[in-house]
Amino acid sequence: MSRNLSEGLTLAAATGPSWRTRLGILRRILFRDLSTAVGITVIVLFVLVALLAPVLMTDDPWAINRRPNGTIARLDPPSRAHWLGTTDLGRDIYSQVVVGSRAALLVGFLAALMTTVVGTSVAVIAGYFGGWVDDLLMRVVDFAYAVPFVPFVIILVSLLKPSLANVIIAIALLYWRSSARVIRAQVLSLRERPYIKAARVAGAGPWRIIYHHITPNILPLAMLYMAIGVGWAIITESSVSFLGLGDPLVISWGSMLNLAFTTGAMQRAWWWVLPPGFSIILLVVATFLVGRSVEEYANPRLRGEV
Amino acid sequence: MRVRYLLRRILQLALTMWLVATIVFLMFRLIPGDPTSTLVDPTFPASLRAEILHRFGLDRPLHEQYLTYLARAVRGDFGWSFYYNSPVVEIVGDMIINTLLLALATFFLTYLFGILGGVVLAWKHGTPVDSVGSLVPLVFRAAPVFWTGMLFLMVFSYRLDWFPHAGIRTAGYAATNLFQKYVSLDFLWHLLLPAVVSTLYYMGLPMLLVRNAMLENFGEEYVEFARARGMSEARVMFRHVLRNALLPVVTSAAVFLGLALGGQIVVEYTFSWPGLGREIVMATQRRDYPVAQAMFLLLAVGVGLMNLMADMVYGYLDPRVRLQ
Repeated sequence: MSRNLSEGLTLAAATGPSWRTRLGILRRILFRDLSTAVGITVIVLFVLVALLAPVLMTDDPWAINRRPNGTIARLDPPSRAHWLGTTDLGRDIYSQVVVGSRAALLVGFLAALMTTVVGTSVAVIAGYFGGWVDDLLMRVVDFAYAVPFVPFVIILVSLLKPSLANVIIAIALLYWRSSARVIRAQVLSLRERPYIKAARVAGAGPWRIIYHHITPNILPLAMLYMAIGVGWAIITESSVSFLGLGDPLVISWGSMLNLAFTTGAMQRAWWWVLPPGFSIILLVVATFLVGRSVEEYANPRLRGEV
Repeated sequence: MRVRYLLRRILQLALTMWLVATIVFLMFRLIPGDPTSTLVDPTFPASLRAEILHRFGLDRPLHEQYLTYLARAVRGDFGWSFYYNSPVVEIVGDMIINTLLLALATFFLTYLFGILGGVVLAWKHGTPVDSVGSLVPLVFRAAPVFWTGMLFLMVFSYRLDWFPHAGIRTAGYAATNLFQKYVSLDFLWHLLLPAVVSTLYYMGLPMLLVRNAMLENFGEEYVEFARARGMSEARVMFRHVLRNALLPVVTSAAVFLGLALGGQIVVEYTFSWPGLGREIVMATQRRDYPVAQAMFLLLAVGVGLMNLMADMVYGYLDPRVRLQ
């Protein structure tokens, strides 16, 4: 009995924390403090809004509405018929804000997922194998850092064809650089830990070590970059759309602001400018709050446990 | 030692720029379908089309085009703008100055108010001032900078009419020389809104850096000693703690200029500031690709130079970096 226990402990010490204990700590941290709970709640609410958009919308967001007297409802302020007023073409702004959450979440999560997967893979391969592989991959990272981010995204998107998919691809092509550099540093230090060396001596192949021993340990850091990445991708997408280079067939918060800006309606139609902006801020702050608590998890010093 | 390090970094920069130029070259030829259709109106007759392609050298094999492109880019020849109908070189001069001036103004305001704000937050640590004050940069960081810009335009330009809503100088304002063009009240008046808006966006980083670095210093003996000597709290904060907390801030400041140059696009567009960033957007919208290409390369060179400068500053402050 006690022999089994001590064997178990040795084993635990030898393999580092398992996936399960890691996820347990993560859950504890995520729901511990208020700001994280607020962040998660806001994100969940936006996901619900995006999923239930057809139910929540009061109007077709593209429809040109008319006033009771038959004229087009141009730039009507908020009213019972149009909760957040109308655009210069009489389109319902509330419905546009609701449907705009889809583009934001889609770009945010897909782009962040892609950047994190690419960045983490590059980091793990470079950090674990070292040598010329590491040199080569890190030069690629240096090079990616030399390319100005927003200009690259807008030019690539406009060259390929303005669409949400191309915005996601353009963001992912460059943004993986930051996670790759930081996570590689972490892998470098992990590689020298006793339990990794033990695994290697025991005959575990490189891919097995990477999957079972390295990846669980860099997961929190990868999730931190994912959380930050969601916010950044949302801001980047809205910037691209604001600059008039987004998908013309998709309503996003950025494209709404682009129209309010280029038509000059922003001079008086505050109801057209404020709602999309507040939506972006709310969603992005929420991802930052979640990111901050993941950071506490990734960096035990902030947790006060080490 | 230092000279060799500098030379190596310059060589690295040149290599990187060559790679960026290559990527740009390939990118602009990636356009699905016939890339020349964006250059020549497809309704033109075939002979005229061939004539135009020939004049721009687009009928030659790709590797030849690439070599000509590189050779010209090195000499600063970025080709011909379809929109302005003039050499690209002739239109970039003023834009470089405009972009640099806005970036510099942003830089000074960001670090001035960022550091001051950080001191206040650290000083009032644990009070509502700190918790609310730490949240403000977060919100401005999450707000797209063009949206903050639009709010400022709505309030200070359209409603209150205190500031102009676009451009760099009042229409009809004639400067007699370059100096007067930029050192004038009219220019400052146009500069203020865009500079303040980008400052609000960037300020959070130095602010939180200063705050955290100062908090780490609070437990040090020299702080207690300074207090014990009966110094005023302000003096303790500014003369002693801040001084020791500044190193990470200086390092981040060096990196910042490169960041501000590359991130300028959206602010310039919102305030119709005639700089490189806005021109990239306009040229892309107009499909004036030679201009977009040139602006992109110039921005990349600018960012590269700033990062080189950052490395130099960093190497000077922390000699261990040089030895690697």
